[in-house]
Amino acid sequence: MRATTAICKRELIAYFSTPLAYVFIVIFLALTGAVTFYFGGFFDRGQADLQAFFSFHPWLYLFLIPAVGMRLWAEERKTGTIELLMTLPVSTTHAVLGKFLASWIFAAIALALTFPIWITVNYLGAPDNGVIVAGYIASLLMAGAFLSIGCFVSALTRNQVIAFVIAAAVCFVFMMSGLELVLAAFKGWAPTFLVDLIASLSFLTHFEGIIKGVLDIRDVIYLLSAMVIFLFANRLVIDLKRGD
Amino acid sequence: MSEMLRIRNLTKRFGALTAVDDISLAVDRGEVLGFLGPNGAGKSTTMKMVTGFLPPTSGTAELCGFDVTRDPIEVKRRVGYLPEGAPLYEDMTPLAFLNFVGEVRGIPAAERAGAIERAAGLIHIGEVMLQPIGTLSKGYKRRVGLAQAIVHDPEVLILDEPTDGLDPNQKHEVRELIAKMAEDKAIVISTHLLEEVEAVCTRAAIISRGKIVVDGTPDGLLARSRYRNAVSVRTGLAQADAVAGVLRAVEAIERVEAGARDSQSAEFVAVPANGAVILPLVAQALHANGLAVYEISAERGRLDEVFRTLTVGE
Repeated sequence: MRATTAICKRELIAYFSTPLAYVFIVIFLALTGAVTFYFGGFFDRGQADLQAFFSFHPWLYLFLIPAVGMRLWAEERKTGTIELLMTLPVSTTHAVLGKFLASWIFAAIALALTFPIWITVNYLGAPDNGVIVAGYIASLLMAGAFLSIGCFVSALTRNQVIAFVIAAAVCFVFMMSGLELVLAAFKGWAPTFLVDLIASLSFLTHFEGIIKGVLDIRDVIYLLSAMVIFLFANRLVIDLKRGD
Repeated sequence: MSEMLRIRNLTKRFGALTAVDDISLAVDRGEVLGFLGPNGAGKSTTMKMVTGFLPPTSGTAELCGFDVTRDPIEVKRRVGYLPEGAPLYEDMTPLAFLNFVGEVRGIPAAERAGAIERAAGLIHIGEVMLQPIGTLSKGYKRRVGLAQAIVHDPEVLILDEPTDGLDPNQKHEVRELIAKMAEDKAIVISTHLLEEVEAVCTRAAIISRGKIVVDGTPDGLLARSRYRNAVSVRTGLAQADAVAGVLRAVEAIERVEAGARDSQSAEFVAVPANGAVILPLVAQALHANGLAVYEISAERGRLDEVFRTLTVGE
């Protein structure tokens, strides 16, 4: 636990010691604002809620989150510091958790900085703040699930650009598996249960369930278990591929 | 318990390549073992296995009684390791970096500042503690890597090429530091600098193609040299032929080699049979023939020659 905290702290400081953190936060805030007001029609909807705001998060995360995760392990491999880290008295699990938590906390900070829109909607009307809290929880879980994919992919390579592209592609597949685009490829031949299974794997389906205000424990468990699975895979990759 | 590190039949294969082939050795407290070998001989791979970074294909390494495969955390707690090339988090300052290492190593917050100060003082990096590591010179980076390895005052130190990239003064400092720390630790250093072995190591193991070809004291290695107790004689050009003739006549001398020659003097190296001590005989013979020399000295042996014979010879 002590080692996890130390690693998490180090990684978090590392984010803010490069321009990446500030670039990310500024772009994230600018884009969330832009899509909420222009594509989401925040005012035109005439409703005091943040549906327009949250429903675009997965799309922004799709290319922003892999940028947060790509550094975590790929850079350690590239510079050789992985040897330093893995010969300190810390288990692989603790190291994986420390890095993941740092990136998740970073994403949470960026998300928290969207608070003006919450204030705005409360100023303009009387939204159901419970639904908004659920939306924030969903967004945070979505970011976590994407980050766990980002961490896992980052552990596979020493090249950050490759880590970014592959993570974005994997995130895309998991996100879209509930949509016709992906399902149509299976509907013609696959049995219904398989199509349903693939559809149920979609991050988007679970995400949209929560932002509508239905904080179904199954959706939460689904996203959390996706994180556990990818972080476990991350740990395996680190253990199996030390030297390369 | 004086035996701090024991390696038994350690082997590492990467596909068809056997990088480390059935190595066994033990290092006691107070010893500085020099791991010598050409590049690619398996020095670094062995160190990576001993410190728990790479899993061995077979065999075991025990540090302070803990098996590195079964109790990796206990082993890592007790060892200080400088990996090859001294990789560091370049975005951090040495102070933040050492603090991070101290924290992961579980040095209580109250003692951490003291431990860092002690390590930084020993390695003389006090003046750069607040500069980002990425901006430091190669020598400073190497020393930050060394500070990281000793911040928790480990019982076993494993240093992969600790003086690589240092200038002669810094090399000297690091060697003195290693000698000083050796009193209560077991230290393994890898190097391809032969002078380093003579300067700091109490024992040397030469490794070639993944196998240990010889393990002994530096003097024991020198004793294997063809030039053990050879005598070199420098004399004026006028007497050169006469000196060579006298040397060839001494019975204990197996061979006389012509050494460096300049406009005034010539050098000969008299190589004894079986490393016998011939300096008194040479002096006596020269004296008896009334020959004057500029310089006469006996050699202890040539480590580079031993090294080449052992690592290329087979």
